[in-house]
Amino acid sequence: MAKADILGDSLWDAYSNKVTTLMNNPRHQGELFEKEVQERGNELIVADFGAESCGDAVRLYWEIDPKNDKIINSKFKSFGCGTAIASSDVMTELCIDKTVQEAVKITNIDVELALRDDPETPAVPPQKMHCSVMAYDVIKKAAGMYLGVESESFETEIIVCECARVSLGTLQEVIKLNDLTTIEQITDYTKAGGFCKSCIRPGGHEAMDYYLVDILADTRKEMDEEKLRAAADAGASGDFENMTLVQQIKAVDAIVDENVRQFLVMDGGDMEVIDIKTTDENIDIYIRYLGACDGCASSSTGTLYAIESTLKEKLSTKIRVLPI
Amino acid sequence: MQVYLDNNATTMTDPLVVEAMMPYFSELYGNPNSLHKFGTSSHPAISTAIDQVYKALNASDADDIVFTSCATESNNWVLKSIYLDHIVNGEKNHIITTEVEHPSILATCRWLEEECDVKVTYLPVNEQGVVEAHTVKSFVTDKTALVTIMWASNETGAIFPIAEIGEVCKEKGVLFHSDAVQAVGKIPVDLQATHIDFISFSAHKFHGPKGVGGLFIRNSQALSPFFHGGEHMGGRRSGTLNVPFIVGIGKAMELATTDMDAKMTSISKKRDRLEDAILKLSDTFVVGDRVNRTPNTILISIRGVEGESMLWDLNNEQIGASTGSACASEDLEANTVMLAIGADNELAHTGIRLSLSRFTTDAEIDYTISHFEKAVKRLRTISSSYAVQQPTKGGEVQECELH
Repeated sequence: MAKADILGDSLWDAYSNKVTTLMNNPRHQGELFEKEVQERGNELIVADFGAESCGDAVRLYWEIDPKNDKIINSKFKSFGCGTAIASSDVMTELCIDKTVQEAVKITNIDVELALRDDPETPAVPPQKMHCSVMAYDVIKKAAGMYLGVESESFETEIIVCECARVSLGTLQEVIKLNDLTTIEQITDYTKAGGFCKSCIRPGGHEAMDYYLVDILADTRKEMDEEKLRAAADAGASGDFENMTLVQQIKAVDAIVDENVRQFLVMDGGDMEVIDIKTTDENIDIYIRYLGACDGCASSSTGTLYAIESTLKEKLSTKIRVLPI
Repeated sequence: MQVYLDNNATTMTDPLVVEAMMPYFSELYGNPNSLHKFGTSSHPAISTAIDQVYKALNASDADDIVFTSCATESNNWVLKSIYLDHIVNGEKNHIITTEVEHPSILATCRWLEEECDVKVTYLPVNEQGVVEAHTVKSFVTDKTALVTIMWASNETGAIFPIAEIGEVCKEKGVLFHSDAVQAVGKIPVDLQATHIDFISFSAHKFHGPKGVGGLFIRNSQALSPFFHGGEHMGGRRSGTLNVPFIVGIGKAMELATTDMDAKMTSISKKRDRLEDAILKLSDTFVVGDRVNRTPNTILISIRGVEGESMLWDLNNEQIGASTGSACASEDLEANTVMLAIGADNELAHTGIRLSLSRFTTDAEIDYTISHFEKAVKRLRTISSSYAVQQPTKGGEVQECELH
């Protein structure tokens, strides 16, 4: 919260003049009737989206010239608030004179842009953005009916935030590329979740198939797994510096087993790897001598040099061996 | 003309109340706790206000009525101090309330559930929008610390059977609180005739100023303070006494309860006329019967007309009303009270609340009737619910797929 939030926005004052004007006098409100449309040799498509029981409903009417698939007239009826009525009106206007194939490309973003007074100022406050989404949904439904295909087929990707039209693919990519860890960051980078907020987590004003909290958690998990896989690959290819700690210890042990331990054991001693610490310049391997090696004069000179140079040669030149 | 029909949200401060408050800003401004004459000069006015409030609510001299900042504070105080006194430092663990309380009760109860492990029962209302006494009775256990139930509903105006519920609580030996914000100043509230331990109220709901309310505490019983500090109001609520606003709540209470029957009759006559006229429109219904309703309130459902768009059209005609439903709020849920009453989802998005006051005039009612009809007509013309041409095959809506 900050100063601007103490009073909060007045919902209706945030509407553009166009929204207000169209709510008061919608230009394309009305109906088209089967009989008249058929008499003109055209095809009528009437599609519903939403219902009174959900608080928002729209009915879209298209008169289509079957020769060229052109929408020659369009009307709407709406049960909804001012922004729902204004959005429906603009949607109807955007459909007229387009072919069905062209109309299906109209999105809620186009509807909202058409409602703006100036291109820079949103036409409606964030929590009202979802009203224009219904316009987009009903167009897809009408087009699907006319073309005889499922309306989902027009959507080539999974849209998570319908208000800002942000896809699942985009969200996953942005989270990964920018190493995002919070929902606020996701909203800052993509605008997803910045409007009606339904897509953030379950319990918003409508149920969604995907939620940002899950996408973030899943993507972060995937990123961690990718990191581990990369490390595992590093281990397999012998890239010591990019191994995980466990892999590094195993690798050091393997080298010690193969090249060093037999000589220590011959003298009645042994060693163990205690820890490995990586800095920008060095990889410090802490070891402890056991048995006869502990306290042996050579343990801090010749033997130590032999161990270190073997590990340097086999694993990484950045290695330093530090007995404790 | 402009018509304000949202008096359950807040009311105009009666100019007589403002007049009574005025001397206590810049003339008699002393702190009543001071020893000098600047401080003591406001004592007579505070005493008068206390008398006015006790008389209006028929409280006994053994009872405490503490002035607070609002009913939200009073509600928080009761719930959190009962938690402290009877749950943390006692054997109880349970609170009973209803599904239709004000957020200051519901949100506090949810907080007690989530943060403090208190068990809370949210009772449903019947088709008249109230909780019945026998329902309360069946949920009281020996672990119940408090029953808190509103006296009247802000949304429907439904008056709850507080006297009967009080008897149940008395019989079961459980504390009883009521958020009486919508009752005090609107309908008779007789605290000696009712078995009740605590009530909350707020001045701005009965033509007093915003920012002052009260909590009634039966028989000066123990209740840990919510505000700690300089031990004002007998140590019950610290903070320098808000003298002009205490004077204001006293005056407003007196004005609201003097000749109350006559005032109620006058308001309900106008309300009924408005209600009858609106009900003449097809496909409309009003929630709750008129007898068990605050005399100023109508909650009406208008088929095919979404609540916020109705408010918009009324606002264009300078009429202020309200809706608890749909697009107006951030979570676009249906009106929860209407759902609780058993109205179907469809009607829950079409509720409009009109709430009158003693200042509402007959001319305003006439004006509202004519513009209300006009708005319904216009919005039904646009509404898909009244469209004639049905969807082409495949264009129907199978289920709620709302955006």
